[in-house]
Amino acid sequence: MDWTWFHKLASPPHFYRIAGRLAPGLGWPALVLILAGLYGGLVFAPADFQQGDGFRILYVHAPSAWLSMFIYAMMAIAAGIGLIWRMKLAHAVAIAAAPIGAWFTFLALATGSLWGKPMWGTWWVWDARLTSELILLFLYLGFLALHASIDDTQRADRAAAVLALVGIVNLPIIHYSVYWWNTLHQGSTITKLGRPSITLDMLWPLLVMLVGFTLFFGAVLTRRVQAEVLRRERNAAWLRAELAR
Amino acid sequence: MSAGGFLAMGGYAAYVWPAFGLTLAVMLWNVHAARRAHERAREDALRRLPDREPGA
Amino acid sequence: MTPRRKRMFAVAAILAGVGAAALLARLAFEENLLFFFSPTQILAGEAPADRKFRVGGLVSPGSLQRAPGSLEVRFVVTDNQHSIPVRYAGLLPDLFSEGKGVVAHGRLDGQGGFIAEEVLAKHDENYMPPEVAESLKARDQPGGAG
Repeated sequence: MDWTWFHKLASPPHFYRIAGRLAPGLGWPALVLILAGLYGGLVFAPADFQQGDGFRILYVHAPSAWLSMFIYAMMAIAAGIGLIWRMKLAHAVAIAAAPIGAWFTFLALATGSLWGKPMWGTWWVWDARLTSELILLFLYLGFLALHASIDDTQRADRAAAVLALVGIVNLPIIHYSVYWWNTLHQGSTITKLGRPSITLDMLWPLLVMLVGFTLFFGAVLTRRVQAEVLRRERNAAWLRAELAR
Repeated sequence: MSAGGFLAMGGYAAYVWPAFGLTLAVMLWNVHAARRAHERAREDALRRLPDREPGA
Repeated sequence: MTPRRKRMFAVAAILAGVGAAALLARLAFEENLLFFFSPTQILAGEAPADRKFRVGGLVSPGSLQRAPGSLEVRFVVTDNQHSIPVRYAGLLPDLFSEGKGVVAHGRLDGQGGFIAEEVLAKHDENYMPPEVAESLKARDQPGGAG
């Protein structure tokens, strides 16, 4: 297999130039999809037979929860690549992804709390699903704090990367917590293969939101990686040429 | 559906609207923070150019 | 072995290590991570008799009794094998209804019943408009409208 494209992408100057075009290319479709999802979720989708209009929180809660885990997986994989192949760009991706992941984990917890109060009757319970998601937030914050506490960028990258890899064990725990243990949180709606437990007119806004949120993450991540590359390469010759343009 | 009925969200307005509002606010903040980080890193890198010509 | 291969093995070792630790922790904490006990577990004596815990299951259809003029309610929680009567005085969540999931926090009264201090509703992962729910109900109950 030809890996030149990969090595090319991993070179900071090449990435920096591509990213300038990539961010709007992800951001605008994200905006369109999120607006469509908002219309679909708030207006088009019918009220639920049990939860009435309260179930509409699903349309922001589920995409946030999805991103909280997707971003962590991506961050840990990037950190692992950075560790093994000593790839500078991979570490930049990991540290750029962490704050975005922390924000979406916070959103998953906060919107879940706003959903739990009217439906379950409580803002918070210490069941396995909610607790493991809270641990995910602490993993993100720990990753950022550890990285910030070490002055030497290279050493900070490596120490934080090990933490990110250790924390990846939490992802299957979050996902399977509702099956392994008795929890107050219900099971997954759309990962059940073959038979999603949701009717089509309620499902499509959710899928549109999931794709929209993911593209949104891609756009914000691209900008953040650009900033990270600038910070790390500020003395490099290529950057001088790039900025002088 | 009337506008009032839509805003009332079947009695769940106090939960649905804060959830959507908070989500949009956090997303907008993320866009802003990423742009600001990029701008700052760019300005900082520009300031470090030793042989920068004025107006370049 | 090249340095890169060494690092690759180190990363694999980290992943295997935490994976094994998590697996052991999962086995060790099996009990403590249970958010609630089912009526079957309680009748088998698995729930603590001397401190508070949660019971979870379905509200047995037809079992809900409200005391007139007060917030006191009585209902039966069932897991379709065994059931346990619950007493509670307080507000019930919106989703609380007969035939639906419930989790009650409290203690055993020593006479085979459960005194709840907090009642939470547990809903499932199914979402559908009311018309669809009606037609599903009709299909599942052949004697009904279907």
